[in-house]
Amino acid sequence: MSAREEVTETADAASEQRTADTAESAGRAEVRRHLLLSTPALIVLFSAASGPLLIMLVYSFLSAGPYGGVEWKISLDGWFNVLLQRDIFDESLSIADAHISILWRSVKLSLLTTLTAFVLGFPTAYFIATRPQKSRNLWLFFITIPFWTNLLIRTFAIMEVIRNKGVINTILTSLGLIEEPIQMLYTDFAVMVGMTYVYLPLMVLPIYASMEKLDFRLVEAGYDLYATRFKVLRRIIVPLVKPGIVAGSILVFIPALGAYVTPRILGGGKNMMLGNLIGLQFGQGRNWPLGSALALTLLALVMVALLVYVRSATKSGDGHG
Amino acid sequence: MADTRGLARSVMRPRSFSVRKQTGFTEMAVICFVLLYAPLVPLVVYSFNAGVSLAFWEGFSLRWYVAAWENELVQDATIRSIYLASTASVIATCLATMAALGTTRTRPYRGLTTIYAMINQPLMVPEIVTAVALLILFASVKTVTDYHGMGYLILAHTAFCIPFAYLPIRARLEGMDLTLETAAADLYATRWQTFRRVTLPLLWPGILAGLMLAFVISLDDVVITELVKSAGQDTLPTYMLGQLRRVITPEVNAISSVLLAVSVAMVTIFFFLNRRIR
Repeated sequence: MSAREEVTETADAASEQRTADTAESAGRAEVRRHLLLSTPALIVLFSAASGPLLIMLVYSFLSAGPYGGVEWKISLDGWFNVLLQRDIFDESLSIADAHISILWRSVKLSLLTTLTAFVLGFPTAYFIATRPQKSRNLWLFFITIPFWTNLLIRTFAIMEVIRNKGVINTILTSLGLIEEPIQMLYTDFAVMVGMTYVYLPLMVLPIYASMEKLDFRLVEAGYDLYATRFKVLRRIIVPLVKPGIVAGSILVFIPALGAYVTPRILGGGKNMMLGNLIGLQFGQGRNWPLGSALALTLLALVMVALLVYVRSATKSGDGHG
Repeated sequence: MADTRGLARSVMRPRSFSVRKQTGFTEMAVICFVLLYAPLVPLVVYSFNAGVSLAFWEGFSLRWYVAAWENELVQDATIRSIYLASTASVIATCLATMAALGTTRTRPYRGLTTIYAMINQPLMVPEIVTAVALLILFASVKTVTDYHGMGYLILAHTAFCIPFAYLPIRARLEGMDLTLETAAADLYATRWQTFRRVTLPLLWPGILAGLMLAFVISLDDVVITELVKSAGQDTLPTYMLGQLRRVITPEVNAISSVLLAVSVAMVTIFFFLNRRIR
């Protein structure tokens, strides 16, 4: 190899290196520009969404101030009080029954709400998906309207229907079927009915999205092989729309678990859910560390539900290749 | 030929057999639609009641609409609601548009997952949790700065509106490839010209959808507003929540019916806009 060739080769290598460098730095500039574009949104989100959660985490480990707020003394009382209570007289620890029952009610009512919404929503999604293409959008429109109506108004509507002097009781009394009005408002039943009512569209929409892609030739094949209607439903339709069912259930369960407005209006002071218990600690309860710990407990429950969803979603994704 | 095939089928199966039918599903769907709308009927009907009762009909009258219209608290709350929702949704949509441009149509970079997680956080964290966290933060800020204005509510609303504005804009962006932008750049358009003349017009439907979504979400918010607001900062929903604790008159029905009408109108506009774009 002559010296000259060697020089050319080095020069080539150098220029190649230079192009790579420019490409690399152009790429980096590109990334920087993209990051810069996202920054303002991230600042707002950090200051009013993620940041406050971190402060709340700190607050849950401080001791409660006498008139709300906190005293800057590290204490585990907030977390202890989620499930335990200390006797005022002999300082003995016992299980906080009130909190346990509220936690249990929250989970129970959310599950019941999800189940009821499924029983009502699944056939409805199926009904819409089996309509002719043109009228489907109109049916979906009818599902979306209540979804877009203020949650407070829908809860208020339910309240007027089930009140002691509400529509149902008035009709039943005037028909002479009952003497005294049936107490429905301020019960667990009322909360469940209300939550089912307000979250029902969240069940129908994702199931419909799955159902729309359902290949009815498979259903037909099932019938050709002498399957009954129920067997076709159970063995063909339900497995195929399972992602929609899981998504719908999660979309109902999570807001139900964290519900605040609906149980406050329909459940009253006695039938609180976790959301109301949290709100109470920052109002009359004046126990901010306990409220923070309860809020983080709720957040953890929601995260568990989301994790279950993500795992089942990726699993079913793998199944289809 | 066709006749015999039809005959064979009708022999093998009952004439009305449809593969799409499931026993009881249509009935269930009808029940579901009735249940969704039935509770709204008395709500609207009694807003026109001449009497004070929500159970006995005493004749048609618009008195509760007039009462609501003339109620200063309602007026203030309405103006505050609209001011808050428009400010927050416009800011949120601007930020979300920038963020959507910053997170799509690029090779994945480090921190992208974190950005997604932060943007989606308001959708995943229960509202009451965000509300009390904000209450804690703003309580300290209030004692330090002695500022008690609308800024807190605007900031809080902007934050939880961002993901709602972001999602449709991002969906729109993902459906657009970079060909047109590259063509503009080839024709010596500056970066800003390309954005202004090519990207923005194409992105417009997404931005509009995001803005509407953010506006409605902000207008409807109860929980965060209720816990964050200072005294005398009631919005229409929190005013109504306060009224529900007292003796309820059809005035609440009248306000609800108006809000209901606004919602229906907005969904209808959205529905037909969407149809025309497609």
